[in-house]
Amino acid sequence: MAKNLIYLDYQATTPCDPRVLEKMIPYLCEKYGNPHSRNHAFGWDAESAVESARQQVAKIINAESKEIIFTSGATESNNLALKGAAEFYGDKKKHIITCVTEHKCVLDTCRHLEQKGFSVTYLPVHKNGLIDLETLKEAFTEETLLVSIMAVNNEIGVIQPLREIGALCRERNVFFHTDAAQAVGKIPLDVNEMNIDLLSISAHKMYGPMGIGALYVRRNPRVRLKAQINGGGQERGMRSGTLSPALCVGLGEACVLSQEKMSQESARIRYYAHLFCKKIMEALPEVYLNGDKDSRVPGNLNLSFAHVEGEGLMMAIKNLCVSSGSACTSASLEPSYVLRALGVSEELAHTSLRIGIGRFTKKEEIELAADQIITAVNKLRDMSPLWEMAQAGIDVSSIDWASH
Amino acid sequence: MAYNKKVIDHYENPRNVGSFESSEKNVGTGLVGAPSCGDVMKLQIKVDSQGLIIDAKFKTFGCGSAIASSSLVTEKIKGKTLQEAGSIRNSDIANELDLPPVKRHCSVLAEDAIRAAIRDYQEKIAK
Repeated sequence: MAKNLIYLDYQATTPCDPRVLEKMIPYLCEKYGNPHSRNHAFGWDAESAVESARQQVAKIINAESKEIIFTSGATESNNLALKGAAEFYGDKKKHIITCVTEHKCVLDTCRHLEQKGFSVTYLPVHKNGLIDLETLKEAFTEETLLVSIMAVNNEIGVIQPLREIGALCRERNVFFHTDAAQAVGKIPLDVNEMNIDLLSISAHKMYGPMGIGALYVRRNPRVRLKAQINGGGQERGMRSGTLSPALCVGLGEACVLSQEKMSQESARIRYYAHLFCKKIMEALPEVYLNGDKDSRVPGNLNLSFAHVEGEGLMMAIKNLCVSSGSACTSASLEPSYVLRALGVSEELAHTSLRIGIGRFTKKEEIELAADQIITAVNKLRDMSPLWEMAQAGIDVSSIDWASH
Repeated sequence: MAYNKKVIDHYENPRNVGSFESSEKNVGTGLVGAPSCGDVMKLQIKVDSQGLIIDAKFKTFGCGSAIASSSLVTEKIKGKTLQEAGSIRNSDIANELDLPPVKRHCSVLAEDAIRAAIRDYQEKIAK
């Protein structure tokens, strides 16, 4: 890999914490037992590692360890939660409520359920990226089985009002599922206080290994799911397949580390985000933060740099590993559907960068990144016909553009 | 996605960035694309009395391939007659920059920009 790279894409994935890896290694070579082998010491060792990891995962969301089902990641957890509940209860209740800014794996699963005869309400969001609780109230019907609203949005970092959503669901005996892939370890979560019935977790978004996640499934009042993977009946019959003790231990340790240092880490990241924003905003006019400025995780800054196209900008800062809402590289050439749902104009959506700050980000990196972005934006604005028009007082939206 | 060397060269050292006064009689301006699609090109040509393009400048809002396509075009059309410049095809640009299929629309836009600039100049002259 090239030198001098600065990784600022913590929403895409996080590096595995070396302390996590250290705990995992023994379960790959020495303690290689199958945790489902019930009749020898290798199996017992592996099983006890898995069970203590399950407790560690449960603890970070204030659940019981029996309520944690290990999966391959948040995509599988979301699939299991939605399809599993829909298939189990579908003959009685056939309506699901979700939101337009959910991750593709929730939206695509909902589309799949629509084809199977379910009806789905896709709640809109306000300009700040948050759902409207009144609109949610109106969306409930007698048929509503489940509400699925993500805890923290992957693109813009906003935190949805989980507690309020949970209360509304509980009053109506509707299950509440939340995709918490971007939230676990970053904000305090309590499935009991928040009335969450199903919660999806991903290890690699919280300094654990890729390839493992979990689904919290409430036992009281009980949520039942139809298994999506059949086999030996592991994970209370909800998810068959041999568990990887190394991966389970990795997720467990990632939870322990995140929980221990959550407030300190969050304060540090908040400070870095503040430094970064201050530097950028002081140097550059017409930069906009996407998503609510208060109800958000500090490590996600989604910024639109007016009149500079995001992918072009990324090319100018090629040692900064960030992500763009422009998606000019994708086959569709459509800008981010999340930003569009916020009412961000297509033009501004094309100019956005997502800067992700995390556990291993250094202050110097933040300062260097801000400087490089400022230089690049200035250079590209000098080259941008839109910037030239804006400076000349021409309203770009008044021009009759031919779309292509 | 890794970029082709030529794209990177034109992106990092863009040729002929800038603007001419568009009201000048011997300047033709083409403005194509749309902000909502993520790319806008402004291409300007300066034409002498013999109908030769003596200078060209561009400004582009877009990805690296869009910037490289417009930069390349300014190089290609300088010293050409209007007719020669007008016969440049998007495939010439795409092939020269080795653009992948998903980026071919950048070269289409560059071809459109040449034509729009020529048309603008010819309309001015006809007046």
